[in-house]
Amino acid sequence: MKDDTISTARDLARRARWRLAEIVFWLLAFAAVFLPPGKHLLLNEVAILALFALSLDLILGYAGIISLGHAAFFGAGAYAAGLLCKLVTPDPLAGMAVAIVAAAVLGFVTSFLVLRGTDLTRLMVTLGVALVLHEVANALPQWTGGADGLQGMAVGPLLGRFDFDLYGRTAYAYSLTTLFVLFLLARRIVQSPFGLSLMAIRRNTLRASALGVPVNRRLIAVYTLAAAYAGAAGALLAQTTAYVSLEVLEFQRSADVLLALIIGGTGWLYGGIAGAVVFKVLQDTLSSNAPQFWMFWMGLFLVVLALVGRERLSRGIGGGVRQLLARGRR
Amino acid sequence: MDAALQTHGLVKRFGGIVPTKDVTFRLEHGARHALIGPNGAGKTTFVNLLTGVLAPSAGRVVLGGEDITRLRPEARVRRGLVRTFQINQLFGDLTPLETLALAVDERLQLGRDWRRRVGADESVSTEINQVAERFGLTDVLDRPTDTLPYGKQRLLEIAAAFACAPKVLLLDEPAAGVPEAERRDILNAIAALPDDVSVLLIEHDMDLVFSFAKRISVLVDGALMVEGEPAAIAADPRVRAVYLGESRDG
Repeated sequence: MKDDTISTARDLARRARWRLAEIVFWLLAFAAVFLPPGKHLLLNEVAILALFALSLDLILGYAGIISLGHAAFFGAGAYAAGLLCKLVTPDPLAGMAVAIVAAAVLGFVTSFLVLRGTDLTRLMVTLGVALVLHEVANALPQWTGGADGLQGMAVGPLLGRFDFDLYGRTAYAYSLTTLFVLFLLARRIVQSPFGLSLMAIRRNTLRASALGVPVNRRLIAVYTLAAAYAGAAGALLAQTTAYVSLEVLEFQRSADVLLALIIGGTGWLYGGIAGAVVFKVLQDTLSSNAPQFWMFWMGLFLVVLALVGRERLSRGIGGGVRQLLARGRR
Repeated sequence: MDAALQTHGLVKRFGGIVPTKDVTFRLEHGARHALIGPNGAGKTTFVNLLTGVLAPSAGRVVLGGEDITRLRPEARVRRGLVRTFQINQLFGDLTPLETLALAVDERLQLGRDWRRRVGADESVSTEINQVAERFGLTDVLDRPTDTLPYGKQRLLEIAAAFACAPKVLLLDEPAAGVPEAERRDILNAIAALPDDVSVLLIEHDMDLVFSFAKRISVLVDGALMVEGEPAAIAADPRVRAVYLGESRDG
C-alpha cells in the first residue's frame, strides 16, 4: 500500500518535471539579452506577444473559454501603466502593479458575461466588450489622448538603475523577466489542483460539476487571472515604447494573439511562446522582404497550417531538432 | 428520523409537457433501492432534479434533513449526493489517476489551491489508491481514459463518484452497453459498495435490478405508480401491464 502511494504521488508529480528542452530554451532566451544591439526591439515584441498569448492560453487552452476580445485587458493594462507614469510616478514596476490590478478588476467584472453560453456567444460577448472599451478610450481624449495616443510618458529607470535605451536591451530584459516570472507562476497554477479542475471543466463541464467542482467560481478566477496577465503584457508595451495608442484595444490585436496561440498550440503554456516567436519572426521577415504583401504570406501560412496540421508540419520541420535534443538527454 | 434522501411533491414542467408529476419519494439510510420505468417515464428528469442540473417547478428535495432544493449541483456533491452517468461522462485524455485526484481534491476543498502541485499530498495519493483498488483500476491508473476497455471506463465512472465520498449514490444504468465478459466486474463492484452508502439504482436491466435491490419504485409517465419489495413488484399486475405493453410496442 505504502509503495503504491509513493508511486501514485510520483506519477502525479511527473507532470511537473522540468525537461531539458525547457531549460535550454530559457537559457537561450536570457542569453539573447547580451547579443550585440540590433534585434532587441523585435525580441521585446516577441516577449510581449508571448506573455499576451500565455494569458489567452490560460482561459482558452485550460478552461476552454474562447475570446475574440482579449485586447480589452491588454489595453486596460497599457493605459493604466501609461496614465500612472504620466500623472503619478515614472517607476515602471509601480506602473506594472497598477496595470495588473486594473486589468484584473476589469477581468473580474466582465467574467460574469462569459460564464454561460456557447463558444459563439462567448466570441460575441468578448468581441463586444473590447469594442466598447475601444470606443470609450476614443471618446475620452483628455485621458487617453484619443486617436493621437497617450504621449509624453517619461518612463523612469528600471529598479532605479537601468535606463530604457534606444536599442531595446533593457526593454527586452524587462519583458523577458516579466514573462519568465509569470510563466513560472502559470506553470505552478496549471499543475495544481486548481489547474486540474480547469482542465476537467474544459473537457466536460457537466461531469466536473458532478464531481463537486464549483465551475463558475473557477471560471471567474481564471478569467480574472488571465486578464491580469494580459494587463501585464499591455503595461510592458506601454512602458517599453513610452507610448499608448488606440491600437492596444483594436480587434486586430485580439485576432493576432489568437492566431499566435493557435499557431503554437493551446493547452501547454509553451504554445503562446512558440506561436509568438513564429508569428513575429514571420511578420518581421515577410514585411521586410515584401512590405506590401506580408499579410498575403501570413494568410497562406495559416491556411497551410490549418490544412496540414501543426503536428505533421512540426514533425517535418522540427523532427531533426527534436532528435538532436533527445540524443542530448541520453 | 430523516431519510437519506427525500422529495416532497416534486414537479417539473416544460411548457405543456410535465415529465415529473408530484413525486414524493423516500430513500432510507443504507438503502439498496431501484427506480425502474419504461422509456420516457421521466427517470432522467427525476435524476436531474435530484442532482440540481434542473430546477423543479414545484416541490422540495431534502438530503439527510437539509433542504437542498436551491443548491447548485456542486454544492449537493459536497453534501454527499453524487451520481454516475448512463453514458460515460469522463475526461477522455486525462488519466484515471487525474480523474480520481480531481474528485478527492475537490472533496477535501483543495481544488481552489493553486500553490501546491497535484499529488503533493500523501493522504490524497493513499485515498486514490484505495479507490482504484476497490474498483480494479490499479493497473490502468496511468493510461488515458479513452484508451481503456469500456468496462474499465464504466468502473471509473463509478469510482470517480465514489471518490467524492457519497452518502447517497445515484447509479444511472451502470452496466449499460458493457460487454458480457466485463459485466461481472461492475456487478461485483456495485454489490461491494459499503453499507453506509445509500444507493438509488436507475436501471432498465431487470436481472440487475432484482439481484441488487431490496426495494423498487416504478415511475410511469412522470409519476410514481407503485413502490415495494421486489417480489411484490414482480407480481404487481399494473407493473406487468406497463412492461408487457412496452414490449408489445417495441
